[in-house]
Amino acid sequence: MRSTDFTLRRSTFALAAAVAFLAGCEVADSDDAGALLAMRVPPAVTGEEVATITAPPNVPPPITRTNATKVVVNLDVIEQKMRLADGVDYTMWTFGGTTPGRFIRVREGDQVELHLKNAANSTMPHNIDLHAVTGPGGGAKATLTIPGAESVISFSAMNPGLYIYHCATSPVPMHIANGMYGLILVEPKGGLPKVDREYYVLQSEFYTKGEYGRPGLAQLDMERGVDENPTYIVFNGSVGALTGDGVLKANVGERVRLFIGNAGPNLTSSFHVIGEIFDNVYGEGGPTISEHNVQTTLIPAGGAAIVEFAVEQPGDYILVDHAIFRAFNKGAIGILTVAGTDNPMVLNSVKTGLAPTPK
Amino acid sequence: MPPVRFLLPALVAVTWTAAAAAQGAAGGMARIPAGSYVPLYVAAGTPEVRVAAFRLDRYAVTRGEYLAFVRSNPKWRRDSVKAVFAGEGYLADWPAALDAGTPTDRARPATGVSWFAARAYCASTGKRLPTTDEWEYAGRASEHSRDASHDPAFMSRLITLNTAGAAERALPRRGFRNAYGVHGMHGGPWEWTDDFNSVLVSADSREAGGTGRHTDFRAVCASAAIGASDPSNYAAFLRHAFRAALDARSTIGMLGFRCAASA
Repeated sequence: MRSTDFTLRRSTFALAAAVAFLAGCEVADSDDAGALLAMRVPPAVTGEEVATITAPPNVPPPITRTNATKVVVNLDVIEQKMRLADGVDYTMWTFGGTTPGRFIRVREGDQVELHLKNAANSTMPHNIDLHAVTGPGGGAKATLTIPGAESVISFSAMNPGLYIYHCATSPVPMHIANGMYGLILVEPKGGLPKVDREYYVLQSEFYTKGEYGRPGLAQLDMERGVDENPTYIVFNGSVGALTGDGVLKANVGERVRLFIGNAGPNLTSSFHVIGEIFDNVYGEGGPTISEHNVQTTLIPAGGAAIVEFAVEQPGDYILVDHAIFRAFNKGAIGILTVAGTDNPMVLNSVKTGLAPTPK
Repeated sequence: MPPVRFLLPALVAVTWTAAAAAQGAAGGMARIPAGSYVPLYVAAGTPEVRVAAFRLDRYAVTRGEYLAFVRSNPKWRRDSVKAVFAGEGYLADWPAALDAGTPTDRARPATGVSWFAARAYCASTGKRLPTTDEWEYAGRASEHSRDASHDPAFMSRLITLNTAGAAERALPRRGFRNAYGVHGMHGGPWEWTDDFNSVLVSADSREAGGTGRHTDFRAVCASAAIGASDPSNYAAFLRHAFRAALDARSTIGMLGFRCAASA
């Protein structure tokens, strides 16, 4: 365990509280292994800084601080027409002008002051539910913000891990289906192991009237949403966001870390990188490595995972949802291009099975 | 592109503004007969709400009409309005305190108007704001049916109309004429209702053993679906969430109004 005072899970705490209530006694405040249920007190913080937040696929630099501090996060809600696929636009509702929204990185124990500003030309009120927040609504109620206004909440980043955040204004499925989500990383106190590359990848679905690829401005199809039958399933907000000029890059010999979120709104992702095995998986987005040598990791809607691997061989590695029709027909494809020297002991073409080249 | 695009609305606006001046109220009012409807959040034991006959403006109040009101009621000029009655966005998209923009602009729905201001405007014409029940009751109508709330195609269309961008929704006379003869209830800016902030509160105490626990979450989270009469009526959820986020001073570019009167 990386940190004894913050490893308590809220679900177990709730269970214990319920048990304690039934038993007519108070919840014990104990460090015993069996009592992962103590009430936590957010630590005192020193200093203040403004968080660097990044658009996908970029990730803010690792936090080198050794103390908890007050971190100001400025997040702007912007509604705008954006590319969903070639020739297809969609009016996205965004955190920061991109879908998915800005990546937020704080440290365990930080006191986060989140400023949520809703653009004056927005057509809707918006808010934010951060899964990293303990407390009713994850901040949603206190951040309901009309166009042209700003809300501010303060919360303690008590639980380390990788978390989804999303808009939770009614009707919630519509706000999520229109692109309002992102990731917040609460780095454990000791930080994550050093790697050479970190990327932000988020899978999500779009439900449109009209078939995949129909040109023009696509409109939300609520019935498809209810039926859980998306038109598009994409990484980083659009078909091809991680291909062409958008490919992720690494060099042979480097260690790569992917922060992967799944915003849903409906489907669970079977996340896989073709040609790679995840050396480490931080399952469920938790702060500790839960598994080694993983081919495909499940990421639930409203969940996240961290995967790490070293790249040994140059070439393209394809990110997919291995529910493979989604990759082939709905857009769930991205590319990691690895440059460097060929390493034939890792993989080599000994004899081609293709027809011989005509002379 | 803009000259061509705006030519027709501008012409319409000019002719119609002149007619409006003569009539005193542009487009007049439509009579809405008495009836009942099922609100998004129903009260236990009384799923239907009775709505008495009333009259409703055929069009949302335009900037041009609101300009005339401001001219004769200087206390509602944006440079003299009291801060307790209107937020910072009050008429913020006008070029000047007594300049509502081009003829096309003046034909747009008046927005950036607080509840206090909208009420004052309606009162100045001998009218009032519609209640939420009145608005929702009349808003169920499609072009051909007074109650299209069970027509999936119509409900789906409302979502599309209500999720267009701000620029599109601010166009003059967007939307359709419904079976009552009321124009643009869907697809233009959102509209004030007189009791915009009471629906959530009053509906709530009848639920959850009277604890009111769900109230706070009506506008947020998936719990908004708890107690909803039709969880698929997304357009209604959008309106409810919007109203729930308002206070009487709110002045928003995507919020206008129309007036009503008792029959």
